[in-house]
Amino acid sequence: MRFSISAENRPIAIASLFIVVILLAGTAYTLSTTGNAPLLSPKYLLQLLQTGSFLGICAAGMMMVILLGHIDLSIPWTLTAAAMTATAVGGELALPTALAVGLAVGLLNGFGVAYLRIPSMIFTLGVDTVLRGLMVAQTGGFAPQDSATPLMLFLAKDRLFGIPVAIFVWAAVSAVIAIILTRTGFGRSIYATGSREGAAYLSGIRTRSVIVGAFVISSLCAALAGVLLTGYSAKAYQGMGNAFLLPAIAAVVLGGTHILGGRGRYSGTLVGVILIVLLNSVLSIMQMPEAGRQIIYGAVIIGMLLVYGRNQRVTS
Amino acid sequence: MSDAIVEYRGISKFFAGIRALENVDFACAPGSIHAILGENGAGKSTLIKIMSGVLQPDAGEIRLEGRPVTFPTPHAANRAGIVCMFQELSLIPDLSVADNISISDPPRRFGLIDRRAQIARAEELLARVRCEDVDPRALVRELSLSRRQMVEIAKALGRGPKVLILDEATSALTSRDVQTVYDLLKDLKAEGVASLFISHRMHEVDALCDTLSVFRNGQHIETFAKGEKTEREIVKLMIGRDVEAQFPPRPPQRAPDRRGEPLLKVQDLRWENKLNGIDLAVCRGEIVGLGGLDGQGQKELLLALFGALRDVDGEVVVGGRKGLPSSPASAKSAATRMALVPEDRKTEGLMLGMPISDNLLAASYAKISRGPFIDPSLARQAVDDGIRKLQIKIGSADDPVMTLSGGNQQKVVIAKWLMIDPDIILLNDPTRGIDVGTKQEIYRLMRELANEGKAILFYSSDYAELIGCCDRVSVLYGGRVVSEQEGDDITEESLVAASLNIDVEAA
Amino acid sequence: MHVANGKRWLFQNLGFASALLLLLALYLSYNMLHPRGFSSAVAVQNANETAAIAFVAMAQTLPVLLGGLDLSVGAVMTLTSCIASHLVNGSPAEILFGMALTLLSGTAFGLMNGLIVVYGRIQPIIATLATGAIAIGLALLVRPKPGGDVDGDLNWALTNSVYDFAETYGFADGGNAWWLQPIANIPVPVILVALVAILVWVPFRRSVTGRTVYAIGSAEGPAFMSGLPIHRAKVAAFAIGGFFAACGGLYLAIQTSSGNADIQQAGAYTLNSIAAVVLGGTSLLGGVGSAIGSIVGAMILRVISFYFRILDIDPLLQPLIEGIVLLVAVSFGAFRTLRVKNKLDLFR
Repeated sequence: MRFSISAENRPIAIASLFIVVILLAGTAYTLSTTGNAPLLSPKYLLQLLQTGSFLGICAAGMMMVILLGHIDLSIPWTLTAAAMTATAVGGELALPTALAVGLAVGLLNGFGVAYLRIPSMIFTLGVDTVLRGLMVAQTGGFAPQDSATPLMLFLAKDRLFGIPVAIFVWAAVSAVIAIILTRTGFGRSIYATGSREGAAYLSGIRTRSVIVGAFVISSLCAALAGVLLTGYSAKAYQGMGNAFLLPAIAAVVLGGTHILGGRGRYSGTLVGVILIVLLNSVLSIMQMPEAGRQIIYGAVIIGMLLVYGRNQRVTS
Repeated sequence: MSDAIVEYRGISKFFAGIRALENVDFACAPGSIHAILGENGAGKSTLIKIMSGVLQPDAGEIRLEGRPVTFPTPHAANRAGIVCMFQELSLIPDLSVADNISISDPPRRFGLIDRRAQIARAEELLARVRCEDVDPRALVRELSLSRRQMVEIAKALGRGPKVLILDEATSALTSRDVQTVYDLLKDLKAEGVASLFISHRMHEVDALCDTLSVFRNGQHIETFAKGEKTEREIVKLMIGRDVEAQFPPRPPQRAPDRRGEPLLKVQDLRWENKLNGIDLAVCRGEIVGLGGLDGQGQKELLLALFGALRDVDGEVVVGGRKGLPSSPASAKSAATRMALVPEDRKTEGLMLGMPISDNLLAASYAKISRGPFIDPSLARQAVDDGIRKLQIKIGSADDPVMTLSGGNQQKVVIAKWLMIDPDIILLNDPTRGIDVGTKQEIYRLMRELANEGKAILFYSSDYAELIGCCDRVSVLYGGRVVSEQEGDDITEESLVAASLNIDVEAA
Repeated sequence: MHVANGKRWLFQNLGFASALLLLLALYLSYNMLHPRGFSSAVAVQNANETAAIAFVAMAQTLPVLLGGLDLSVGAVMTLTSCIASHLVNGSPAEILFGMALTLLSGTAFGLMNGLIVVYGRIQPIIATLATGAIAIGLALLVRPKPGGDVDGDLNWALTNSVYDFAETYGFADGGNAWWLQPIANIPVPVILVALVAILVWVPFRRSVTGRTVYAIGSAEGPAFMSGLPIHRAKVAAFAIGGFFAACGGLYLAIQTSSGNADIQQAGAYTLNSIAAVVLGGTSLLGGVGSAIGSIVGAMILRVISFYFRILDIDPLLQPLIEGIVLLVAVSFGAFRTLRVKNKLDLFR
């Protein structure tokens, strides 16, 4: 019996394999240095997934936008702005406030890209800069003194049946995104619009609404991630979102989603996130200095994309 | 032929399981104007791409003046003197005409491109194709399609070809330009250049060519000199079987007062300078044709009706309601549903990278959903229905639609629209570049749909289709309807005359 | 129809022309508002702060012309500046060698980018995202902590006016020669950027390879069918981009007399380079624009920040105003969509 994996699933399979490789390599390292294999313990894996949930939620939103062939460079400061306004408002309205910020930013991004037809790269970059400006002006450049609300702490740090709540949140977001992409007309319209916008438009798809919707989802995810991260750190702080932008893009692409849009499965993004978070974690266990981490990070991405690319002979 | 300039032996080419060319032997002799005939899918464009270095053959050899050669890139083919004027045009829109004409081998000074010499060269070549009105400094994107084709010809000439390939080179040209091309080809023939001429217009082939080659299903069928075969014989070679009456029977014309209120009524439609006051009406059960030369507003009219244009003036009544749809989305979901089968199926009709099933469902998400969620069984049912109704030949519904042949791709586009059960169907040259068998299926389908009570408005660049399919024809010229013909009054003479805006009776 | 040459140039270079106009307007009013405006000292200070981003913007232009993007330009600049902080000191021969090696290293990195994109068939944006990380990692290896040393004379000479340059190196009569006078007050960074633009960019643009870069961004399929050297052009675009980034890194090292592997700074330079490219009239879709425009775009960005110093605006508001100005500036492109009558034209 011939075992073949469809072209779409190949990156996911390869990435999953690589996750196993990293786990084994890391375990080999810890075995040789300390004689333990903490990487294989459930405690470690749960911890990993808990910290991975922030990136995971950002990547889920970013995937929607990348599927359209666009990009959302406003995630860092949407995340931060949502977090800061949420803690400033405090109390029961914290979470809704954060989501409202996400909604507003998403609508703005969607408007600029879908209606003004400004390339998403530059428009979302501008929005990110404006949000940073707003937050700096608001907070005077310091971390806000307000602390995370009890709900935030619960979502980020508490456990339910022994599993961190953050993982449940990530799982819920994943379920929603996956269902949207595979089971709704809106989701299929995203693929169609990303594949060829003109043909999608002439098929009667409301492409502008689709674009706005995707950007709204992306910003909402960033805002939610901001809430979780605030809970985890007990407060919001300047620049808290900066570390998520490039890894989110990398996770989506490593999961097999095409950067130009139209192709990709959510399970791939999940695998991509786990890969990146695991890699980071193993590197810090190995006490790899930042220089080495960056180089390995970059090399892994290039290496995996080269492997994916070998399977695609595209005739022009 | 031992005196051939270039010979191809045993050429084969496969694409993802499709046999584009199979064991083709072909040669062209210097000083000839050689026509290549065949339906789309016959392998003509694949052969052209191999000849011009865009593709590599999977098997076979090429001999240039007797010596075996390979052309790994278009550049190599050009250097060998084989120059192609592509149907899709190889011009760069954001560069100037002068840049484009000398694009890969410009005159140089101190190693850098000599702009002045380039412009002088462009002017010379443009004069040779009698297009002195084109400014060499203009960007190609500023030019109309017919000017671009002439620039493409000038560019090909500039390469000093020994073999010149023209792939549907005259499709958008004015009659004056077409005459220029004819004269050019005769000059080249006298100079010993071998010209390969691909065209679907038999009268052109007849006027120009001395040798004809017929291709079918990826194979070279026969090559013969002009005059050796009748047109009917040639067509038989092209489609492999005897040609019979192609068009389904037309129902008898109803008297005007019995037709009822038109489903689609257009009065004084204006847009930019492309539509200059169009009056049109289509009733239920009618197939109305749009005729005329390319570029007289037919495409714009259909786009306007479908809601894809802004700032359109005039009065439009669709199914009793006034006003044009604001977008294709509202056109398809209005009380009187409209569908448009667009001009270019590859860029406007299909999402090529997506599966056949997704393409089929692209207009019908509302129909196959319960609430916000797609019901998989409804979706599968709809896909199967569409494939069956139009007899689309596929491997699996999950295959990307780009693996289908042109005819089957067009069927996917039509099936997509039939799924919404439209009341008005607009078609923009639906059978362009499609094999004869599928064409007939489409004609039959159109008549069936009309008989079910739908209103059909369709533009065709083929007179035979207009004559065979339509109940009425409106011929456009300069964005206006210059002639309306009905039933048996629709003849080739009347259509041609109207297209050229000649009053037949006064002539 | 043959249109007059000037009018034609304007029509075909609308983005660049408007950027130039905007820059002139902004810089003129800046100098008028500045208490010591129109003086050599202010010009020198402005030039010093603009040179590096101008080079990085030039570096970003070529990949954008191809229709792609280079997310590693800031990192390559950082890497080369760290390398320079080791090498650009000692004897004159050592200094020159160090400078050459720095530029070579940047070009080599750009070459690697090009090879990965072309032969690895990876989209530029994601390939350079990864190589940018590698570049920063290498920079951290080269300079784990900020430091290093750059020749003092060089630092002085290149960050002041031509007069000071001549004085430092003792030619043209210590800067007083009559033939030097017309340009004596021009800041050296301006000369440097102009020289690189004239000696590298202009010849490249006028070459077939350079033209191919534009052709690829405009219509890659027809470019291939026309027999243009696609692979060579793509690799060259990234390699030259690496060279320009190295120019920026070298200048930064000389200007600050040190090397600093600052990840944030690298990221900021990269994003600013994208903004500069867009402001300068180059289209993110490819095929239209030029490095000269990107220099103008970089200058516009910097002039806006200069305003803050003289207008005494609350520093806390500066990032916000910068962001709004950027957003508004790029939104100008939106006006054309309002004039589009055939909605299909909106989709490329």
